[in-house]
Amino acid sequence: MARILAVDDSVSLRRMLVHTLTQAGHQVTEAQDGVEAVGIAGTGAAVQLVITDVNMPNMDGLTLVKRLRGLPSYKHVPILVLTTEMDPAKKKEAKDAGATGWIVKPFVPEQLLNTIRKVLD
Amino acid sequence: MNEGSATPASKQSSTHEQLLTFVVNGEEYGVDILRVQEIRGWSTPMPIPNTPVYVKGVINIRGDIVPIADLRERLGLEHRDYGATTAVVVLRVLNGSRHRIMGIVVDAMSDVTNVPSTDIKPPPDFGGGNGPSLAKGIATLSDKMVTILDVDQIFSLPGGDPVAQEAAA
Amino acid sequence: MSDLGTLQLQLMGTFFEESFEGLDHLETGLLKLEEGFDAGTVNDIFRAAHSIKGAAGTFGFGAITEFAHDMETLLDAVRGGAMAPSAELTAMLLESVDILRRVLTAHRDGSDPAAHDVGPLRRRLQAAVKGGAGGPKAPAPPAVIHAPTAEKAGGWNIDFRPHRVLLESGNEPWRLVRELEQMGTLAITSDLTGLPPLADLVPACCYLSWRYRLEGAVTRAQIEDVFAWVIDDCDLVIAPLGEQPAVAAPTAANEAPAARAPVAQAARKDEPDSPLASLRVGIDKIDFLMNMVGELVITQSMLGELDDDGPIDERRLGRIRDGLSQLARNSRALQESVMRLRSMPISVVFNRFPRLVHDLSKQLGKQVELAVTGQGTELDKTILEKLGDPIVHLVRNSLDHGLEPPEERLAAGKSAGGTLFLAAFHRGGDIVIEVRDDGRGLDLDRILAKARERGLVTAEQALTESEITNLIFAPGFSTAAAVTDVSGRGVGMDVVRRNVKSLGGNISVHSTPGRGTTISLRLPLTLAIIDGQLIRVAERPYVVPLLSIVESVQIERTLVKRLAGQWDVYRLRDQLIPIVDLGLLLGVTEGQDAADASLLMVVEGDGQRLGLLVDHLDGQQQVVVKSLEANFGRVPGLAGATILGDGSVAFILDVQGLSKLAKHKSTGGHRSAAPASPAPVPGAGATA
Repeated sequence: MARILAVDDSVSLRRMLVHTLTQAGHQVTEAQDGVEAVGIAGTGAAVQLVITDVNMPNMDGLTLVKRLRGLPSYKHVPILVLTTEMDPAKKKEAKDAGATGWIVKPFVPEQLLNTIRKVLD
Repeated sequence: MNEGSATPASKQSSTHEQLLTFVVNGEEYGVDILRVQEIRGWSTPMPIPNTPVYVKGVINIRGDIVPIADLRERLGLEHRDYGATTAVVVLRVLNGSRHRIMGIVVDAMSDVTNVPSTDIKPPPDFGGGNGPSLAKGIATLSDKMVTILDVDQIFSLPGGDPVAQEAAA
Repeated sequence: MSDLGTLQLQLMGTFFEESFEGLDHLETGLLKLEEGFDAGTVNDIFRAAHSIKGAAGTFGFGAITEFAHDMETLLDAVRGGAMAPSAELTAMLLESVDILRRVLTAHRDGSDPAAHDVGPLRRRLQAAVKGGAGGPKAPAPPAVIHAPTAEKAGGWNIDFRPHRVLLESGNEPWRLVRELEQMGTLAITSDLTGLPPLADLVPACCYLSWRYRLEGAVTRAQIEDVFAWVIDDCDLVIAPLGEQPAVAAPTAANEAPAARAPVAQAARKDEPDSPLASLRVGIDKIDFLMNMVGELVITQSMLGELDDDGPIDERRLGRIRDGLSQLARNSRALQESVMRLRSMPISVVFNRFPRLVHDLSKQLGKQVELAVTGQGTELDKTILEKLGDPIVHLVRNSLDHGLEPPEERLAAGKSAGGTLFLAAFHRGGDIVIEVRDDGRGLDLDRILAKARERGLVTAEQALTESEITNLIFAPGFSTAAAVTDVSGRGVGMDVVRRNVKSLGGNISVHSTPGRGTTISLRLPLTLAIIDGQLIRVAERPYVVPLLSIVESVQIERTLVKRLAGQWDVYRLRDQLIPIVDLGLLLGVTEGQDAADASLLMVVEGDGQRLGLLVDHLDGQQQVVVKSLEANFGRVPGLAGATILGDGSVAFILDVQGLSKLAKHKSTGGHRSAAPASPAPVPGAGATA
């Protein structure tokens, strides 16, 4: 139903994400780090949602969010960050970077789908 | 006169030998059919440095590097240019305990024949102390004589060593 | 949640692979830290621990998650500067890596993970953090989310005043409304007072506010949850409707996915047990494979086109023949590219040694440095699998018996620390793996004595040095003290030799008393791929291994010199390089005057440099090394052959062999290609 960009350097988690979202009928493009994600975004690929991990090599998630927000077609696209922390400071950091919201890891597929339903039109 | 061949379904009975025959310089020669892997047309091989003149080089057979020898020259005859009928018989050769694939260039292919063992006689002396003879026997057919070659000797030098030089120390 | 269960099972293999890799990465980083503090490395390690924690959590391994969390907390303290890195810390973390490996392995193989008690180590980790100066606030363990007290009312009045910037984060008020609507009956009042005149309106700004009246059995927490993401970008007031007393209901709004039993336990027995049963394959190899398949498809459709009811004539026959030979090429290429999937760099085997050497040398009280070369050398997977244990044994031998403790080394006039060299390279058509140390060398007297003791040699037998050296391979010679290697099996040199022989290779030992020992494993190249430079000599193609090439230069006549009327050399800067007429050496030309030739390719093999006369340089490409020995035999100067794109055969040159060949050959006069070692120009520095 929606085109989603999923970014996570952990292969197993990424597969989990992709599988869950695909089963729910979404179209998922994956990237293994921020650099790849920016590359994909730069090609003009339009998505309805970006889900990204925070701790990644080459370019971390928050930097990715900032970069995406700098692209005209991504200024208002919902971006959710995957975080293991419930730490309010981390949440604020994410929001400051421009993220729409967050999903706490580890998540259950139901949870993930419910959360993204909130940001999909 | 049976070959030590590893192929299971043996077409050899104890009374007959099945030969693939071909022509070199007007004479008929044959080899045990079970030693034949395939027959190909002539294609230019890549010469191997510093090898006897009858070793023409190597060709690529489905990814394997296969050496080719000119049987004419191996028999001590003069080289003659290759033509439309020139064929390469690719053989399975036993070298010690190892199997190798090697090919020989012949003037033309002849036939596949079943020869009764009783019609096979030991070979004549092939002209002098050059080590083990290339011939294993002579088969008398109704219209011709066929010299049966010892496949394992074709690529050997006097002394029985394979052609390739071992690395000098 | 059976779908989650199946999914987890499917991905479990990937999870284990990834986690083991992560642990390796952690370990390498920790070893690096020991040599010197580096902020980047600490960050790396921290991230590795964090990733392991995250994945373990998602896949339901609570104990691992918690343990990894303790490691992460400690690492965070170090990376934040609150704790100083120290040898004890690194040692503790290395222990942690070990125990995590064991726990993971237990999970994967179906044995009892609880047999490995992580408790004590965890406590030590936690104590270390506390002991450290205060430290940054550790994030709470992720297992539990506290449910805020649920205040329920008949409904709520919500006053929602977004700040201008709310929209910038991609949030939309109407989505929040959508959520509220699902929780009960919603009445909305909009406040448009903030709207500027149209001309001043910035679409990306939020100017509106709303008041919501939500009726239903809803808790405050649920409403707060709806606004959780935007709470900092708005003013929010939630007040209960009417005067219903707050009822403290223990309903938690969000269930925390805590301590989910790992679904994996069930089917693990069905997993393949060999750690190398699956393959990580580089994408480039897959791409190559895809290209081969693509070409196959093209050939097939080309042949398909020829399959109509037209007449079979010369032309059609010719095209069919072409198609068939192309088909043969495609099949061959496909076969090769699939086989290439199986080849992996030897680093896969060499990777375990930094840690092994580090631990063992500490244990033995010796200072040992490990120098590894040729990590990229590729070998077939099955050979690699079988090489692991033998090489471990050889390394342990070196550390145990070869290398001396610092005092002994110093007394002998050597440096206190010894070096262990691990090398892998191609030579003369084989792959050579060398384990070399600069220790005390083999004690031939002791070996002879021991052999006599064990009845392998009679008292009267006189043996040459090399025969004595080879005694170490005799069955029954190995010291009874069972060498328990990584896999816990006792191994002896005879077993090592047997293993190597079973791979079609051989093993040799070379030792100098007081200077060191070198053990060489020589394995035939079954499928090897090298980077090669295509050249042409007399219109024939050859391949020169890139590793052997030093440089290629255009020949300047004036720099060609004849030495004593015998052979030619080329003056390249401060060296005199012996010139080898490749065409002549390989028997393809009558020889040429070096001064007339165009290109000189300077190659190096085994310390010797040569200049080869080459007609053309064609491209560089990866070539599959095909054995000449399989069907023919060893040819001096050739390392093998390869099949080029057009199906023709090109020989791969063996520089070392060429050098020997040139020495032996002499065709008289100045055309002789018979070099000695490169002669340095007097006054210039010595060159290798």
